[in-house]
Amino acid sequence: MALLLKGGRVVDPAIEMDAVLDVLIEDGVFKEVAQAIEAPQGAKIIDCTSMIVTPGLFDLHVHLREPGQEYKETIASGTAAAAHGGFTAVAAMPNTKPVIDDGAAVRFIADRAKETAAVKVYPLGAITKGEKGESLAEMADMKAEGALAFSDDGRGVQNPLMMRRALEYAQVLGTPLLLHEEDEALLAGGCINEGLASTRLGLPGSPDLCESLPIMRDIEIARYVGEAPLHFCHVSTKESVEAIRRAKAAGLPVSAEATPHHLLLTEDALDASYNTNLKMNPPLRTEEDRQAVLDGLLDGTIDCIASDHAPHAPQEKQLEFELAANGTVGLETTLSLIVDKLVRPGTMSWAQFVRACARRPREILGLPIVKFEPGEAADVTVIDPEAEITVTTDWLVGKSKNSAFLGEKLKGAAREVIVDGELVLEAGTLVGRGKMAAEL
Amino acid sequence: MIKSKHLIEIGDVTNDEIYEILENAKTFKEINDRPIKKLPTLRGKTVINLFLEPSTRTRSSFELAEKRLSADSLNFSASSSATVKGESLLDTAETFDAMKVDMVVARHKYGGYCRILADHMDARIVNGGDGIHQHPTQTLLDLFTMQERMGTVEGKTVGIIGDIVHSRVAGSLAPALKRLGARVIFIAPPSYLPAVPAALGAEVSHSLDAVLPELDVVYLLRIQGERANGLSVPSLREYSMLYGMDSRRMAKVQKDALIMHPGPMNRGVEITPEVIADPRAVVLDQVNAGVAVRMSVMYMMLGGEDDGAAA
Repeated sequence: MALLLKGGRVVDPAIEMDAVLDVLIEDGVFKEVAQAIEAPQGAKIIDCTSMIVTPGLFDLHVHLREPGQEYKETIASGTAAAAHGGFTAVAAMPNTKPVIDDGAAVRFIADRAKETAAVKVYPLGAITKGEKGESLAEMADMKAEGALAFSDDGRGVQNPLMMRRALEYAQVLGTPLLLHEEDEALLAGGCINEGLASTRLGLPGSPDLCESLPIMRDIEIARYVGEAPLHFCHVSTKESVEAIRRAKAAGLPVSAEATPHHLLLTEDALDASYNTNLKMNPPLRTEEDRQAVLDGLLDGTIDCIASDHAPHAPQEKQLEFELAANGTVGLETTLSLIVDKLVRPGTMSWAQFVRACARRPREILGLPIVKFEPGEAADVTVIDPEAEITVTTDWLVGKSKNSAFLGEKLKGAAREVIVDGELVLEAGTLVGRGKMAAEL
Repeated sequence: MIKSKHLIEIGDVTNDEIYEILENAKTFKEINDRPIKKLPTLRGKTVINLFLEPSTRTRSSFELAEKRLSADSLNFSASSSATVKGESLLDTAETFDAMKVDMVVARHKYGGYCRILADHMDARIVNGGDGIHQHPTQTLLDLFTMQERMGTVEGKTVGIIGDIVHSRVAGSLAPALKRLGARVIFIAPPSYLPAVPAALGAEVSHSLDAVLPELDVVYLLRIQGERANGLSVPSLREYSMLYGMDSRRMAKVQKDALIMHPGPMNRGVEITPEVIADPRAVVLDQVNAGVAVRMSVMYMMLGGEDDGAAA
């Protein structure tokens, strides 16, 4: 069925488009993008007056937990959450149980996604077998089965020789490595930022050096190895941002992401309540770090926003802070947080938003970007910038409710999500494959 | 009486409440010197000593305080506990809550765990030491001893020496002293210091010898062998050379200064037997004050309740 999005503000900086236009979608692709398009016979018309219409949002860092930890999330529930939060595609991190570290495992993710997912799922493979950091995983096999990039996310690759070999190998394949940077020797059991928070709360601290030092190390290894593309996950410190800025200025093929929580929260949010939903890795840092990460995002040093959606069951969070699992869910709150806290106040333009949440993630993974041009795949997010939501456990449709932002009232939310021309979210409600995935 | 329902951090009690706790403790201290050391104050109240980390003196001190106030108390320790069988602290809390207890005194190796108990129980929670965070009743008994010997802590200079970053004792003592008008100096090598000493109200010195003559109180912390393994400091021997209190250093200590230690002591590491025997050392006074101060805390938290109605 044809879809006609009427009268929305279409923002697509890739083709320098920012105008009130109609968008006609047929057979999964854009048919026409113009003013006052006549609706074809039988077309479904969606009034997009006062809406922002963007290329489908893409989250390149999510944990869907399937296989192995389906009690936290599944490909179905996680992608239902993605659709609810405005995303048309996600890249699934490989630290499942077992780890996605060979071709068969990558194929399993792709097959399960075909059967159960609400939105597009791109599998990522591990850099090392079992993410143990000891021997290379079969990257070529995984690539052949559809893995777009490799990551040991959840852990840093500790051994610099291992990292050198991984970079050399990935370079031959032309696939980027998505690096979780963390020096475990320096970490020494730290679980919150080493500084005011660790001193006040009496918890072992994680120094910012834990992250910036391996980032600097791997930039140097990349420089030595050659043209290996590197992507730094969830950048949280000022020194990391500065190191990445220097690497980019030197012409190295590096990219980076920031999470909404590192862009919006600091260690000051941690208080005597020891809220474990604020326990994440890397930890929330200082205001100076937060500002540096935000500045990096605004000047392009940080390429994109990723949720690091990390679902956990209550029994893994209702624990002593040091024992609680790391991470916050994020697929459903990223769009609203960024729109409410950065776009609406004017810190970030809609064009920057589209670049950070739709265009750069695809480019980093080597995927074609979504363009509002005839014949292009119709992945679209329609955002109501005035919609008000409250982040509650009932509002979240994902399986796990461990959000760092519970109770937050936000303005701006996804209203429609269209994947290959099919609605998965309509008027804020999951429909089609979105509804199917949520009910699985 | 104490306004806060729980005593989890030293910040839960106001300065006035601290002074009141210490004042009442004087009475309890006298009772502890009587042949019959028992009061009916907490008759009918149930207190659980939930010690998930080994403890001798703190648990004994609380238990004696409870018994001398006629509370019914129950000890629950890590080895005898369901935690061995994999029960979460949340379930332990809810289980004891269902048994209707009035107070839980708890120790655990993880900072902030008291919050889990407080969030899932009606009982009042007293922190008996949480990880490397705080140990508020130790602070109160230290303040009692300082006040008893020096009249006041206001205007005094207290040096806290040792592995401060891993010390829950320092975590509550330093901010309390600061609030009450004392000057606090952390004296340690950098590897033993917290990230932001000023957040606990303390200044820093790396040289004990340099500041020793200024100190009204020399507060020594236990050095744990596994934390002097060559990564933080080269050896216990070298630690003693730089930061241990011995007769030579005692010569530089003010005549009326106090030597304090929360115990258990490592004789020959942070403190030599000669120092322990010096009249300025008040380690056993601290232990003695511990029972009285804990009686005072429990009296002020539970004693004012009529028939279980919260004060």
